Amino acid sequence: MRRLMSGNAALGEAAVLSGCTHYFGYPITPQNELTEYMARRMPGAGGVFIQSESEIAAINMVLGASVAGARSMTSSSGPGMSLKQEGISYLAADELPAVIVNMVRGGPGMGNISAAQSDYFQATRGGGHGDYRTVVLAPGSVQELTEIVPLAFDLADKYRNPVIILGDGMLGQMMEPVDFDGLVRPPDYDKSWALTGAKDRPAQAIYSLIFDTKLQEEHNWKLQRKFRLIEQNEVRYETYLADDAEMIVVAYGIGARVAKGAIKRLREENLKVGMIRPITLWPFPTKALREMAKTVSDFFVFEMSAGQMVEDVRLALEGKGHIHFYGRPGGVIPMPVELYRIISRHYYQAHSGGKRKKR
Amino acid sequence: MKAVYARPKLLKEAHFHYCPGCGHGIINRLLMEVIEEMDLQGDAICVAPAGCGMLLYNYFEIDVVEAAHGRGAAVATGIKRVRPQNLVFSYQGDGDLAAIGTAEGFHAANRGENITVIFVNNGVYGMTGGQMAPTTLLDQVTTTTPTGRDSDLAGHPVRICEVFSVLDGTSYLERVAVNKPAAVVKAKKAITKAFQRQIDGAGFSLVEILSPCPVNWKMGPLEACTWIDEVMARQFPLGVFKEVPC
Repeated sequence: MRRLMSGNAALGEAAVLSGCTHYFGYPITPQNELTEYMARRMPGAGGVFIQSESEIAAINMVLGASVAGARSMTSSSGPGMSLKQEGISYLAADELPAVIVNMVRGGPGMGNISAAQSDYFQATRGGGHGDYRTVVLAPGSVQELTEIVPLAFDLADKYRNPVIILGDGMLGQMMEPVDFDGLVRPPDYDKSWALTGAKDRPAQAIYSLIFDTKLQEEHNWKLQRKFRLIEQNEVRYETYLADDAEMIVVAYGIGARVAKGAIKRLREENLKVGMIRPITLWPFPTKALREMAKTVSDFFVFEMSAGQMVEDVRLALEGKGHIHFYGRPGGVIPMPVELYRIISRHYYQAHSGGKRKKR
Repeated sequence: MKAVYARPKLLKEAHFHYCPGCGHGIINRLLMEVIEEMDLQGDAICVAPAGCGMLLYNYFEIDVVEAAHGRGAAVATGIKRVRPQNLVFSYQGDGDLAAIGTAEGFHAANRGENITVIFVNNGVYGMTGGQMAPTTLLDQVTTTTPTGRDSDLAGHPVRICEVFSVLDGTSYLERVAVNKPAAVVKAKKAITKAFQRQIDGAGFSLVEILSPCPVNWKMGPLEACTWIDEVMARQFPLGVFKEVPC
């Protein structure tokens, strides 16, 4: 049954249907509808909702719930995400599953409450201290949350690692029709590592303090081996009109929605523009881009930031192709027509014949 | 010969890393004695701190998770809300609970979380080498108060039991010490009572333990034990601060 829901509320419902039993959160716009939805929904679902005293407390409650074997989640936006980084680093170090939602707003500092994509670096580079990665999923619509949220809980449990859902203020607050009929609850994983009390088994401990540098190094390599495995197995992306494209737009999340509108207009004028939309920002679809670069020479990166994902595109293309960039930071949400104008200008410049050196 | 005392079975056969004369070893042993006597080994989950107590998992034959500095009460909250049938306690020092983790401790107490906080007050940051703690006494010399704690610069020693006693969520608060045999017996009773109250579902309990740190106090072990009675306990009086009937 289709219902009209905000992205925040739909995300909460998808989490409950994915087996999330414990939610801890602290109010911050533009994700409050999620916290409020969980406050209403959790008790009836047999779960626990606690409004924590801070984002730091919330992420540590998530860590505690995860240590005890539960599927748990917290959510926030930019400034609150900065506070959660300490806990996310511990979750990664302790190899504990958790899902953390960031409905990104305009930053830095207090910024504003509009939609932005300026937390890409923080999300995809680990974000806290130490050598670690988080899986980062970037949904592009309210309906897509019904796939992204169970996937987030599944990957968290499967790899015992924190997973970030990187949305934005617009995705969180806009209302779209959504149905949950196709949502598949992720399977339960063995959690014999969880702390349940040393009943009928030896005592066990979960910690990240490893004084012996050699052992710490081995622990870090173990994490890295896991991250390489995730890179091999969990890349997800979507392409749009890419087969005959002469210019590929690279955009994610709500940015990709705006870009799609622009591409429709461009296609009406027979400009061969397509798109790749990374769904996993980490692991990044590096191979897919590299493959595209064999036939396409122009890549147009669009972000609602001053340019963060563009660095991953550069790394992926390894000097191949020509990278164009357009970004609007600060919570500005460009209209498709604006993007259409910019892309078409870049397209014509790229195809004005003979100006660029042959590669 | 009749055995009058033995190491509790739940205390692993490991060498403590604690300095000579430190109170942590006594407190570790008391906790394992109490859990053994109450037959709670299969139920207990300990949240270890950052600080001198951070290696508890090397000594405790119970499940232990290490929390980030100050976050013990929040981690314990998460565990207890998943596993209400387990005995969940955090072990926190004065820097951990009364400085960096004040918010987490205060609000877990205020929510009346059915957990126990074992709060070790030795008046200094021990592990990092004896810096001023929130509980350092006025005029007490530490590495970051080289001329003594000056209230104009560094405020006043924080009395956690007194502060927490006005929170409606707290159920049992007692301050004890481990500086002499009679005090150790009282400390053990307080821990037992706190755990029993958690089992009975009475809500948040906290046992504050004045503990000697002779190395960082620049005292001999005996002198440090005497100092607790003669100086420290004047700022931090021993006793039950709150006991809500349950």
